[in-house]
Amino acid sequence: MARKITYQQAINEALDQEMARDPRVIIMGEDNAGGAGAPGEEDAWGGVLGVTKGLFHKYPGRVLDTPISESGYVGAAVGAACNGLRPVAELMFVDFIGVCFDQIYNQAAKFRYMFGGKAETPVVIRAMYGAGFRAAAQHSQCLYNMFTHIPGLKVVVPSNPYDAKGLLIQSIRDNDPVIFLEHKVLYTMEGEVPEESYAIPFGEANVAREGDDVTIVAFGRMVNQALTAAAALQNQGIHCEVIDPRTTSPLDEDTILESVEKTGRLVIVDESTPRCSMASDIAGIVAQKAFGALKAPIEQVTAPHVPVPFSDALEDLYVPSPARIEAAVTRVKEYR
Amino acid sequence: MSETLNRESLLKAYRIMRTIREFEERVHTDFATGEIPGFVHLYAGEEASATGVCMHLTGDDYIASTHRGHGHCIAKGVDPVGMMAEIWGKATGTCKGKGGSMHIADLSVGMLGANGIVGGGGPLICGTALAAKIRGTQDVGVCFFGDGASNQGTIFEAMNLAAVWKLPAIFVAENNGYAEATSSKYSVPCENIADRAPAFGMPGVIVDGFDFFAVHKAAGEAIRRAREGGGPTLLEVKLSRYYGHFEGDQQTYRAPGEVQKLRETKDCLLQFRRRITADGEITNEQLDAIDREVKTLIDDSVVRAKADPKPAPADLLTDVYVSY
Repeated sequence: MARKITYQQAINEALDQEMARDPRVIIMGEDNAGGAGAPGEEDAWGGVLGVTKGLFHKYPGRVLDTPISESGYVGAAVGAACNGLRPVAELMFVDFIGVCFDQIYNQAAKFRYMFGGKAETPVVIRAMYGAGFRAAAQHSQCLYNMFTHIPGLKVVVPSNPYDAKGLLIQSIRDNDPVIFLEHKVLYTMEGEVPEESYAIPFGEANVAREGDDVTIVAFGRMVNQALTAAAALQNQGIHCEVIDPRTTSPLDEDTILESVEKTGRLVIVDESTPRCSMASDIAGIVAQKAFGALKAPIEQVTAPHVPVPFSDALEDLYVPSPARIEAAVTRVKEYR
Repeated sequence: MSETLNRESLLKAYRIMRTIREFEERVHTDFATGEIPGFVHLYAGEEASATGVCMHLTGDDYIASTHRGHGHCIAKGVDPVGMMAEIWGKATGTCKGKGGSMHIADLSVGMLGANGIVGGGGPLICGTALAAKIRGTQDVGVCFFGDGASNQGTIFEAMNLAAVWKLPAIFVAENNGYAEATSSKYSVPCENIADRAPAFGMPGVIVDGFDFFAVHKAAGEAIRRAREGGGPTLLEVKLSRYYGHFEGDQQTYRAPGEVQKLRETKDCLLQFRRRITADGEITNEQLDAIDREVKTLIDDSVVRAKADPKPAPADLLTDVYVSY
């Protein structure tokens, strides 16, 4: 029986093991240690939710607290990557991308192409995302689709502790800029995680559950919502195949298409808003490349086209629920 | 002549400035024929700044540049032949024809790129300087930016971060008086850009950008301080561009005769030549010979750029990722 740790601990362990393995790995962000220059204890927070706790003392000089200055330090991480380091910059909430996006999408993402293949920018931008914390419109968004749109970036959305560790290790070892997105609701999720170091390759989907009736493609936290729905549907005799792409860029189209060829029915679950989303992207890919296999219209279970609301009464309606997924699966299953 | 510059260095500085001028004058001429694609922003008139700063740098020091980046590239050691091919959109260009004038970069000589985003280089140079500091080398990072970028948040953030982390970084504000068509007298509400330095807890220095020796001296002090662990400096170089914001800019916002007067009275090459030939150790004939060599180099670069192949269709899809 393997050891169980949380998603948050898995991320910490990945950072720890990579920092031990490679002296070029540094981490930086707002309160990644916490307490810099303050009269109290050092490493007071270890990240706003404690994800980087303990690394500050273990790796002297390699855990940098930053001013609240996202363009400054995210850009510095990009520049340091060009000059031989392998920085992991934490953006805290992905919603803060708005104040530093240029350094990511115009600089890091484009260097290799603009410079004729002569640049490598091995930088990782970590950020937490997603609704469920009653954190409202500016601290709850799901923006992986925006990054996926940009050539030059890789985008990672782990759905469980095992994947979080293996994908973060791969992100740090990868030689391209990587956006690593951590769903804040998943931080407390426990799962079996090997103590030894391991890397999960990008662009290889995980078939989280096998089934012949309906394919469900889900991202991040939604994989768990889909698995909950699939378990309930099993009792009704509907066998769902749940696919977790794990990375939205690169995207494992083959695994999705092969599953749809088998089931003929597809439900996509995406916590993001629906327009120009991963849901619409995958619907487009499947409609084009597996049209002949489809036995029913593709269903997209997404957030509505609204900002994330604050009140629990509204936020709980905003996030795709297992019940909504079940209803969508039932519709495509019963479609004639 | 100069305490720190021997004869060889003076000739080198002249050759670099002359190369930049010749390169830019030639691009100006050729752009008018319509053969050069896209748009270009010329550095002619500002040569003393890039040269005076970069004369202090090694290949391990990084610079970040601007959309007006040809001069910085040449001063940092990027091959002008490859640059010309790049500007002409050829496969033999510095960036294989995929970057163009605004994105010429050569990391092998510490040139982190011209940049199409105003102020984009500030944070990046903090990063190269941070890497040097963490590795314990004496390398520095230099961010060139203009008076327009001096109002960008990225530059403020970068200067603050560099001061907070005491980075070996130098911020070189090339104030040429115009951000596109808007005067810095309008957009910079304080007397000098360098006046902002104390707010970031760093020295601010103002130099005459037509005077190579003034730039060289001030940059030398800032770079030495950075190498010795003394942290960042903001160096404001006051200068002027001889051409428009971009080629084709009619510059109706400038005073009549403004550029002509500068060319005749303050030109950095003119002043430099006068000064280094004053004591007879270097002669006008020697400098004329450099002029001819540089002209041959640039003429040749254009001949080659015109003849070189364009990128192949397959190149459209390469070099996006290291692996994907």
